[in-house]
Amino acid sequence: MLTGLTSTRIRGGVHAEERKANTAIQSIVTDFPLPKTLYIPLQQHVGKPAEPLIRVGEQVLKGQLLAYSQGMISAPVHAPSSGVILDVNDYPAPHPSALPIRMIVLATDGKEEWLKTPELGDPFQLKPEDISLRVGAAGIVGLGGATFPTAVKLNMGRENRIDTLIINGAECEPYLSCDDRQMQERSEQIIDGVRLMLHGMETHRAVVAIEDNKPHAFAAMSAAAAPFTEIEVIQIPTRYPMGWDRQMIRYVTGREVPVGCRSSEIGVTIHNVGTAYATHKAIRHGQALVSRVITVSGGAVARPMNVEVPLGTLITELFNFCEVDIQQTARIVMGGPMMGDSLPHANLPTVKATSGILALTSAELKSTDEQPCIRCASCVSVCPAGLRPLDMANRIRVNQLDAAVDIGLKDCISCGCCSYICPSNIPLVQYFKYASGEVAARQQAQHKSEQTKRLMEARQARLERIAQQQLEDEQARIAAKKARERLQAEQQESTA
Amino acid sequence: MMIHHKPSSGAHIGVNKSVGQIMRSVVFALMPATLFGLACFGWPAIFLFIITVGSALLFEAFCLRLKGRAIRPVLDDGSALVTGWLLAMTLPPWAPWWIGVVGAGLAIILGKHVYGGLGQNLFNPAMLARVALLISFPVEMTTWANVSPLFFSQSPGLIESWQITFSGLTQLDAYTSATTLGRIKTEFSQNRLLPDILSDYSAVLNFIGWTRGSLGETSTVLMGLGGFWLIREKIIQWQIPLSLLATVALLATMFHWFDSDHYVSPFLHLNSGALLCVAFFIATDYVTSPNTPTGQCVFGVGCGLLIFVIRTWGAYPEGAGFAVLLMNSATPLIDHYIRPRIYGRDRKGKPLEIPK
Repeated sequence: MLTGLTSTRIRGGVHAEERKANTAIQSIVTDFPLPKTLYIPLQQHVGKPAEPLIRVGEQVLKGQLLAYSQGMISAPVHAPSSGVILDVNDYPAPHPSALPIRMIVLATDGKEEWLKTPELGDPFQLKPEDISLRVGAAGIVGLGGATFPTAVKLNMGRENRIDTLIINGAECEPYLSCDDRQMQERSEQIIDGVRLMLHGMETHRAVVAIEDNKPHAFAAMSAAAAPFTEIEVIQIPTRYPMGWDRQMIRYVTGREVPVGCRSSEIGVTIHNVGTAYATHKAIRHGQALVSRVITVSGGAVARPMNVEVPLGTLITELFNFCEVDIQQTARIVMGGPMMGDSLPHANLPTVKATSGILALTSAELKSTDEQPCIRCASCVSVCPAGLRPLDMANRIRVNQLDAAVDIGLKDCISCGCCSYICPSNIPLVQYFKYASGEVAARQQAQHKSEQTKRLMEARQARLERIAQQQLEDEQARIAAKKARERLQAEQQESTA
Repeated sequence: MMIHHKPSSGAHIGVNKSVGQIMRSVVFALMPATLFGLACFGWPAIFLFIITVGSALLFEAFCLRLKGRAIRPVLDDGSALVTGWLLAMTLPPWAPWWIGVVGAGLAIILGKHVYGGLGQNLFNPAMLARVALLISFPVEMTTWANVSPLFFSQSPGLIESWQITFSGLTQLDAYTSATTLGRIKTEFSQNRLLPDILSDYSAVLNFIGWTRGSLGETSTVLMGLGGFWLIREKIIQWQIPLSLLATVALLATMFHWFDSDHYVSPFLHLNSGALLCVAFFIATDYVTSPNTPTGQCVFGVGCGLLIFVIRTWGAYPEGAGFAVLLMNSATPLIDHYIRPRIYGRDRKGKPLEIPK
């Protein structure tokens, strides 16, 4: 059905050298030594940061709620292991800036004692709303890297009566293989998670889409899904950024998500395979999201691997375990090499979004020797969003940010294809992120000045109103006094 | 505004195709045709070629000096080399030395650095220079040497060649004649018809390049091979060459079918190294051609149309350069109107409607 339409359904993209082999051939390592201290950021998701409800010095169990979600779009945070709360304070964030954000520091006691949760019978007897509630309470967010709260997405899917749930097994980023390994080793649990998600959204069709460079994962998932007619497992072409949700939705369903809409509005919701696995754990075993599989790879890593670590593990500990040569490391990247951010140092915690940590040597990196644009238009041909990166960059370079917005800056998905292909080594995505941030800051500043102006005007009006009131009161008082005096005079006259 | 010593955003990896490598690939693709041309036209051609390319590099260095930029890394990107090379290839092989120097100066200074350097120019520098030379020095620019290969007894020797290039040989007529297209034009004015004029035209010799013409673009086969190699290596896209050649072929076929006494056959048009040079190497210049595949097709069709018109009815039978320059000036317009559709938006940029 799809073959004839393939070319029209994939736009742009690049075929990057995969470099997945050395981590994809070995099983997920599960005996990572428990770190002595875990640093758990209160914001590991899109939306509002969670609010802590523990006190320093308190003893907590593994899976115990540490901070509750705030508002409509948010996610709670749980203890990744048992131990004592050391601190709730600001520590450097796993972000290119490494600026401090609020974190809970947990000293582990090594017992790994789980919080007891009541046994659950058949989860398919639960009401669909209860599935979302439990998924939300387990702190599950999109584990592909977007970290959008999963419960919110399940609710939107149910409310919009979607017809198709897509499970994203593309893993199109080079180096990363954590989803590949999970699909090979945990296919039954993932498929169970998919069925639970279907139940939670009251949907009757799921498509698991796996890039055709992962034949083993495809075989395992097909076998696990065989008993369930509502779940279809398909292979999709290997072409970055196939895992971009909107690209995949168009490829699988032929539908295009309009700008400014959620995919559920056109009847589709997309979840990552890791998220499906986390859903299975949350519903079947009552376990919150406290760990994840991370690909540690790159030229400076002596023992590259996929390893399951508790959230909040410092990258330095991962590096020690995987024997990273820090002298050889030219850049530390969190995420994949296409969309990931570089980190200034390794003393930062892993979070729910951390799909990979790469220690790249200078030989692996793209040159940073920036040269003039020769308008070769490679960036135009690889852009999956249909933008013209070179024109946007030219406008940003002369600080015409509004002009850049006019030609599509806000539709940029930062996939990195343009930077990847550019023969002049222009860091285009860097330009676009800078410009987007700057535009947002300017809008905020403008909003703020408008607010200030409005408040000033309101104050002015209020003062005038008060002055007017006082004047009127004064006049009334004077008039009353005069009237009283006249009355008194009249009375005196009449008595006299 | 921003200095990126270490970008924090992706992509952290990338293709290893630098500007220098692209330019070197273009030079590599031009090499066979160039060597063949130099062999065909002997020492004067070799002198002219070296002078033109050399002065292009010198002018580039001079401009960079004025700008206060480091000279070496920019020269290494090879763009001045390619400009000088392409210009040299399109010059009459026995033109005097100053044609090469003036041409290189026009190309590098007026064609490129006045606009702000690499990537900023509106017109293809080599074509700008060639057209300026053609208008300013019509005699020198339309004196076409006969094929006189190196080391042949009839060919000028080293000393005579030196005189041809540097002091201007007075007896040039003995060695020169018109190109096929030029001759057709002249003979038409004497009311002769095509079958008569073309009685000694040899398709095979034109295909190989054993004919009068510009220094490096006489050979159809070598130009074509170079062009195909560039497409195969993904240095250039197929859109511009194909649409350009198809347009010329289509128009030529129509007119030839209509009146074969006055309009040459499409094969004669296509069997021309010069046309292939324009299609594969000149019109495909990244800087001066549109960004999108559709835009490139429009550009190619426009070039093809203008080339046919100029060649058939214009005063300059070798005036493909005019066509390219005219379309260069239309490139910003094409890019303004022909843009890719943004995901989730319609062609006008409005968000798509949610299907019911």
